[in-house]
Amino acid sequence: MTGQSDMPGPLAGVRVVDLTHYIVGPYCTKLFADYGADVIKIERPDGGDPARRIGPFFGDKPHLEGSGLFLHLNTNKKSVTLNLKSEAGRKVLIELVRDADILVENFSPRVLPSLGLDYEALEKVNPRLVYASISNFGQTGPYRDYKMTEITMYALGGTMQTTGMPDRPPLKLGLTVESIYAGMVAAAATMGAFMGAVATGAGQHVDLSLMEIMAGNQDRAVQGHMMYQYAGNNRGGWARAGGGSMGRNILPVGVYPCADGYVQFFTLQPLWDRVCRMIERPDLIDDPYFTSPENFNNNPEVKAEFDAILLEWLMQHTKREVMEKSQSVGYMCGAINTMEDVFADPHLAARGFFVEVDHPYTGPLRYPGAQFKMSETPWRAGRAPLLGEHTAGVLAELGYAAEDIVLMRSQGAI
Amino acid sequence: MAPLPLEGIRVIDMTVVWAGPFGGALLGDLGAEVIKIDTIQRHDMNSRGQNITVEQLRANGGNPSPDAKPYNLSANFNSVGRNKLSVTMDLTRPEGREVFYRLAEKSDVFIENNAPDVVRKLEISYDILSRRNPRLIMASLPAFGTTGPYSHFRAYGANMEAVVGHTLLRLYPDTDATNATGVFLADAAGGATSAFAIMAALYHRRKTGRGQFIDLSQAENVMHTLSQAVMDYSMNKRVATTLGNRHPSRAPQGVYRCAGEDSWIAVSCGSDEEFRGLCETIGRPELAADPRFADSLSRYKHQDELDGEIEAWTAGRDHHEAFHALQAAGVPASPVLNMAEVFADPHLRARDNWQQVTHPEAGTYWHLRSPIHHMSKTPLHIRKHAALLGEDNEYVYKQVCGYTDEEYRWFVENGHAGMTVLESKAEARR
Repeated sequence: MTGQSDMPGPLAGVRVVDLTHYIVGPYCTKLFADYGADVIKIERPDGGDPARRIGPFFGDKPHLEGSGLFLHLNTNKKSVTLNLKSEAGRKVLIELVRDADILVENFSPRVLPSLGLDYEALEKVNPRLVYASISNFGQTGPYRDYKMTEITMYALGGTMQTTGMPDRPPLKLGLTVESIYAGMVAAAATMGAFMGAVATGAGQHVDLSLMEIMAGNQDRAVQGHMMYQYAGNNRGGWARAGGGSMGRNILPVGVYPCADGYVQFFTLQPLWDRVCRMIERPDLIDDPYFTSPENFNNNPEVKAEFDAILLEWLMQHTKREVMEKSQSVGYMCGAINTMEDVFADPHLAARGFFVEVDHPYTGPLRYPGAQFKMSETPWRAGRAPLLGEHTAGVLAELGYAAEDIVLMRSQGAI
Repeated sequence: MAPLPLEGIRVIDMTVVWAGPFGGALLGDLGAEVIKIDTIQRHDMNSRGQNITVEQLRANGGNPSPDAKPYNLSANFNSVGRNKLSVTMDLTRPEGREVFYRLAEKSDVFIENNAPDVVRKLEISYDILSRRNPRLIMASLPAFGTTGPYSHFRAYGANMEAVVGHTLLRLYPDTDATNATGVFLADAAGGATSAFAIMAALYHRRKTGRGQFIDLSQAENVMHTLSQAVMDYSMNKRVATTLGNRHPSRAPQGVYRCAGEDSWIAVSCGSDEEFRGLCETIGRPELAADPRFADSLSRYKHQDELDGEIEAWTAGRDHHEAFHALQAAGVPASPVLNMAEVFADPHLRARDNWQQVTHPEAGTYWHLRSPIHHMSKTPLHIRKHAALLGEDNEYVYKQVCGYTDEEYRWFVENGHAGMTVLESKAEARR
């Protein structure tokens, strides 16, 4: 299913001018590129996307073509270097926009207007253009020019406040997960506006704010805001309390140790019989000591007693065994895996999730594969471009003569 | 006024919990007619779960209707159910299934994220539906995908994130995994990506006239958020571990206590300029010249020593005051907001993020608009409150599916179409 690059993807024929850099914007345009759109990534001639200088690096050697982050976020794109501060560079951009369907950018809100490349200017060039701007706080409002990083972004939605342990500072999630999540939301928004443009012939400006994406985060924020409205609970019904203490009843919810690591249990429903079957104690299913409401619900002592029984069983089984046993009786459980476990996982292997992608600098490497599998149209397993790899080709398509391309390079425009 | 981007697209939304409902909500935000499939056979705790009561609403000064039904008061459903319609049918009986088939014939998209095998057992899987409507796009969002050894696994977001390696990357550096908070990024990510996937299939359908099936493994999709850890293992066989609130290269970075109960600010410095701004703001300009902190490498190695210096300043200040002072000095910082503070936030207010919506049973409240609502020509408003259970039965049965008044009456009398759950086993078990 993956990597059938001989067949066109669902977005074949869609042209995206990609003025994004770092993480959020590149993940947004990666989704378009992976599913067949022609994504032309505009990079600055002096070193390109700053993500090229962010680790991890292939072989731990910093190199513009060796950033794992860049390589992952920019698969299937073309790289064209343009100096947008030069008239010649801006002229090329406008020529690209003329035939483009979508432009995505994540500069600070003042940057593109100062270069004469704001939506109002480009709409005149191409009224069909969907112009998506991704910025920290949006294009308007009192915080517009404020700075943001992954951790300060997560702080704003209302959920970091309830992530972590009660007696310690709130805790961020791993790596740059919220930035990449924001890229997914931005892709949905951009694709939505594009569908409108396809239907009506009129493009528009989409103003995406990372703070708003965090406030509207379906991971606890959306529900929490409604709970605040309904019940005045300023934590939205959540508590900063980690681990096994999450459950309101004796059912295991949260992280538990086992023979070789940890497992994560979770349930919303009273599935006591399934838990008993998991630990091979069917005798407890109808044991009134555990099932009577006053012992089953909100009773820390009885919960501790049952946890002791559960732990004895857990410590005799590996995380994979616990997961498989739990799932075989229909109780929700996941092994808490390391990246080494993930790369060895038999399910991901059976689905061919990781795909081998060759690259002139790194050689073949395993990458995360299709975000989703479509029955009729393929995902592409292409690589990220070298810096400026497609500059000459794309300019030639626009009608620039070979000698003019040399001249523009010498002039610092491309 | 320009038509909304997905105007004219009809979506069947048979989704539960968080991921699927969010995907359907985004399509609804964009103008699709999203019809939630509900049932009156039982109170479906996974989609219309009750977590609030009329008494609680009243205690908070709300104006719920006195006979509000528990399945119309879910905070999750009533937010992510924005713009959606509701139809009820009993899919376990052939007559109810026939209603679903008729609806599928008149629809463009079917999105679902039920437990494995549910759609197969109900005989509404893609192979059956596509014979009736080859233009139909169906998206299934199971935890681990529709194929492979874990395809029968049941999982919530927290379980999926464990399996793909996120949990171990979001711990305090000095605690073990048993202290991990349950988080559900996989749901949010799966919902957002499903909306993109469905629109990509809709775009493709314009060229071919044919729908297709989308298999979105929420676990695989959310693994893309772990980019650096995945690629580091792939390239260097390095197994990533948690950094807590630290950054892999920027320093200092952390979350610091502010004045007030459980009040915090997140601060992240990278460049020398940002660090100088921090030192000046906290009244310790000499730290910027201290050899332990003067350059980024030294600063990274000695950042633990800065925590106390930063907190000495933040601890006496309101976190909003500290936020504005630090940002004015060019330092990336944000208050760690709680729900009340997000609601009161002046920037979100200035950008019109809240809309007053009247729900017939819960009452009138401020609802958060779609996270993608700022579209210049088609601003995305909440057009309709989340539907009451079965609120749109008459419209869907008669106008969409083409049943006569008499036929519709049969469905009402025979326990398919209604607005009241016939029995509530789920509640009795609680």
